Amino acid sequence: MQDLDELVSRARAAVQDSADLQALDAVRVQFLGKKGELTQRLKRLGSLPADERPAAGQAINRAKQALQQDLQLHRARLEAEQLRGELAAGAVDMTLPPRGQQPGGLHPVMRTLERIETIFRAAGFDVHDGPEIEDDFHNFTALNIPENHPARAMHDTFYFESGQLLRTHTSPVQIRSMMEQGAPIRLVSIGRVFRCDSDQTHTPMFHQIEGLVVDRGVSFANLKAVLHQFCERIFERQVKLRFRPSYFPFTEPSAEVDVQSESGKWLEILGCGMVHPKVLENVNIDPEEFTGYAFGMGGERLAMLRYGVDDLRLFFDNDLQFLRQFS
Amino acid sequence: MKISTAWLSEWLDTGLEPGELAERLTSLGLEVDGVESLGEGLEDVVVGQVLEVDAHPNADRLSLCRVDVGRDDTLNIVCGAPNVSAGCRYPAAPVGATLPGGLKIRRSKIRGEYSEGMLCSAVELQLGESADGILELDEGLRIGEPIVSALNLDDTIIDVDLTPNRADCFCMMGIARDLAAGLGADFKTQTILPVLGASDAKVDIRLEDPAGCPRFVGRVIHDLNSAAETPQWMQDRLTRAGVRPIHPVVDVTNYVMLELGQPMHAYDLDLLEGAIVARRGLADESVELLDGQQVTVNEDVLVIADDTGAVGLAGIMGGARTAVHDGTRNVCLEAAFFSPAIIAGRARRFGLHTDASARFERGVDPMHQARAIERATALLQEIAGGQAGPVIEAESSDHLPQRAPVRLRRARLGMLLGVEVPDAEVRDIFDRLGMDVTEQEDGWEVLAPSARFDIEREVDLIEEVARIHGYDQIPETVGRASGDLGSATESHVPLERARLELVARGYQEAVTFSFVDPELDQRFTGGPAGLPLSNPISAALSVMRQSLWPGLALAARYNLQRQQERVRLFETGVRFLRQGDAVEENRVIAGIAVGRRWPEQWGVDGESVDVFDIKSEVLALAALGGKPAEFAAFAADHPALRPGRAAQLHRNGAAIGWFGELHPALAQHLEINAAPLLFELEIDPLLASAPPAYAGVSRFPAVRRDLAPVIPESVPAGELLDGVRRAAGDLLKDLILFDLYTGEKVETGSKSVSLGLILQDTSRTLTDADVDGVMHDVMESLRRDFNATIRE
Repeated sequence: MQDLDELVSRARAAVQDSADLQALDAVRVQFLGKKGELTQRLKRLGSLPADERPAAGQAINRAKQALQQDLQLHRARLEAEQLRGELAAGAVDMTLPPRGQQPGGLHPVMRTLERIETIFRAAGFDVHDGPEIEDDFHNFTALNIPENHPARAMHDTFYFESGQLLRTHTSPVQIRSMMEQGAPIRLVSIGRVFRCDSDQTHTPMFHQIEGLVVDRGVSFANLKAVLHQFCERIFERQVKLRFRPSYFPFTEPSAEVDVQSESGKWLEILGCGMVHPKVLENVNIDPEEFTGYAFGMGGERLAMLRYGVDDLRLFFDNDLQFLRQFS
Repeated sequence: MKISTAWLSEWLDTGLEPGELAERLTSLGLEVDGVESLGEGLEDVVVGQVLEVDAHPNADRLSLCRVDVGRDDTLNIVCGAPNVSAGCRYPAAPVGATLPGGLKIRRSKIRGEYSEGMLCSAVELQLGESADGILELDEGLRIGEPIVSALNLDDTIIDVDLTPNRADCFCMMGIARDLAAGLGADFKTQTILPVLGASDAKVDIRLEDPAGCPRFVGRVIHDLNSAAETPQWMQDRLTRAGVRPIHPVVDVTNYVMLELGQPMHAYDLDLLEGAIVARRGLADESVELLDGQQVTVNEDVLVIADDTGAVGLAGIMGGARTAVHDGTRNVCLEAAFFSPAIIAGRARRFGLHTDASARFERGVDPMHQARAIERATALLQEIAGGQAGPVIEAESSDHLPQRAPVRLRRARLGMLLGVEVPDAEVRDIFDRLGMDVTEQEDGWEVLAPSARFDIEREVDLIEEVARIHGYDQIPETVGRASGDLGSATESHVPLERARLELVARGYQEAVTFSFVDPELDQRFTGGPAGLPLSNPISAALSVMRQSLWPGLALAARYNLQRQQERVRLFETGVRFLRQGDAVEENRVIAGIAVGRRWPEQWGVDGESVDVFDIKSEVLALAALGGKPAEFAAFAADHPALRPGRAAQLHRNGAAIGWFGELHPALAQHLEINAAPLLFELEIDPLLASAPPAYAGVSRFPAVRRDLAPVIPESVPAGELLDGVRRAAGDLLKDLILFDLYTGEKVETGSKSVSLGLILQDTSRTLTDADVDGVMHDVMESLRRDFNATIRE
């Protein structure tokens, strides 16, 4: 049995000396392969006297198991080592810049309009659309701005030869929706409006958002509440509002609303008022039964206040250096 | 309307600082545009008298002045003004003074001579724009007196932006009246004593259009001193109100307008022929106006005429023929009431906007004409003497505005405002506003003063109560919520998703104008230019766009010219397609891409975008609705796109847009030195959607077979793919075109297209025979329909 012990210790040493998986496999073949030294011993068991066979067989099997265990352990070690090596070789410079498309961004005014829309949708306002080429009735007359009314001078209107015009505000959408749907109604309309005016603080095209609520028992106090909430949502802080009496032909009482900036300055933000009974009459809604409020604001103005843009015209230059700042 | 607080104080003691006053005006609905303190920065400047003037020894243009500024010692001042002369008085700023611009006066040496102060020009004091030397002061001014009091500069000008409904506030009296109501302060009614006529000189006045002019009050004044000058205090008030002093007679009429709100006019009596007639214009009647402009009127315009013809536009501007001038001695004053309806819009027709027309079109108090005449007579006689005739009044009382009482219901007031205003306060508000109130069981009956043109119905009174009560006193009450859940739909993809898809693909959203240059519009659409505006801002913005491409192309160029090499922009909006005489408003989403496919980076090549990139964006948008199979792109020609690189997108057979490469000729015209890719798609058909319909998941394996037919180059890939789909039938789950080859290995004029077919059944595993059968059908069809050769 001494030579078995010698064989085992030689085999185990060979396992430990294997530097890689290939060498280890050669060791396995040398001792445990079909012609391996230990396999040969098992085969030769038959030549032993019968009474010695069980003990010898057991001893060889134990030796085989021990060797197999060694082989397995060492294989696991070598595999782990190899993996470590491969992983190390596969490491890259993770600080290199990324690959792929660089996203663009939404236009700051469109982004502002979207926020406003989201806020009012949450309060149950539906979004209504209307044509941008309008007629005199929907843009002016129905809104209590008859021909030759001085308020028309405040709207520098673009006209077409046919007498049609580019809407000067989103208010005609009110008229169309009320005529179609009647009361109660709760809507916002958002879109492009046009005034024939172009200088540092005016562009011939800009965006408006207009809201309208007509229902039973709607009051000026309701209007104040909804606009205060709106301003706090838009600016994401507590704000102080100032409602100043003003004049719009389609609302009465009318107000302009200022919001107090963080430095304490009053900044004009929107116009509003209670829907004028003449407007309700014009769309066949009984002003005795229903009252309502309306408000309107400029998308550019709000974007300027919110994002600190100081020149209105930048919104229409489409300069990537400007636009990318809102990505 | 510019308000002098000093002038205002004649009507009302507000006791308020200018800043507070401005805030109160604003809270009454009289919006303040600006507040300017006149004397600001002039505290250190005094009246100085030059005692002696000597030539400066070292400078021809400078002089040495000895100046008395009311101190014990006189000052030596070096002065460069040519108009300095001994004995005259000028504003003097001694050493230590600071001027409005921030200049500090120091003792200094000028060309070797000490100067202990400075004599100032109007410009240096910010009192005027004329720099004709130093400001010459009146000899009566006390030497050493601060310039602020000497020149009556202790005044603040508040610029009020009046809304069109507040005609009554277009004068000092009106502002004071409203402010008094708002503050609860006493309004000092000014007594205007009638000036007794010293002669019986009259002019005949005829009202031939009593609806347009129901009242015309006139007065003749003879023998005015034509050398008289408008006193400084009146000139100052006019100037501060933004009115230029011209002539004592004109100045007085303007002064009365600013004070009482009644526009007035004065005719040179010697130039007037016969009677004064207020009548409609005649067809093609011509009038030369005060400003020299010759206008042609018609029956729609009210004119003032004499026996020889029209002499002015009533309520807008007087005429040149009867205008007062330096030698005028005899005048006839006019204070009329013209109805807003006959004035409204007329001034604008002639390109005019005058103080008179602004007031008349909003409404002038119809009861105040005689009062204004008396006030003007008194002021004019103080300045230029003369003998006044009797007040001549022509009137058609039936045509004067009739005031009707308006009812206000208590319940309606509370309901509309959402606040209960106590009865006593409502009553008090109306009293303060000069309204006649009758209390009723359920509210009030109110008669507004004649100056108010904005009180017609109940809501007008509610506004008055709200305004005086204070908007800030109305609470915030959250209204009833809507029970309506709105219209979130699955049958339409929200536009926002399409926009965000493009953002993810590197596009920046743009907003371009809806009007474009007609020539460019035509170049892009090939047809007639878009609908023209009658009054465009400029030629480059004069027709309604029929495509978003011109705007986007110009925006891309703008950026390319500013060192941007890679530009990707998109826009959503309306295009205005001409359909004969009509215009169809059509919402589209459009984009442009120029430059590299990928932003410059390591590991990718620097190739430029091409039509397949833009096609990728187009089909990505089309896929948002979940029905990509409904879309197909066909090669087609478009005037703005390069032939052979242009395609039309169809959905279920209907064209919904275009994409392709900008036509090189158009790129050259636009001076774009690259090949931009464009797309424009109609939003509504593009984003229409339907809920997905579940069709089961196959538990059986899929089989892939590849095929590489060689077909004539002229066969579009799209048709080949469609042919394969038709021939393969329902078992085909996916079809991949994974290679395209033209070159040596295939015959000239042919191309090899490598296809991968994925086949699968939902109910069983496909056998080789099944698959072979499908492939056989496909190959048969390719040979037959596309003249394909297939290597087996």
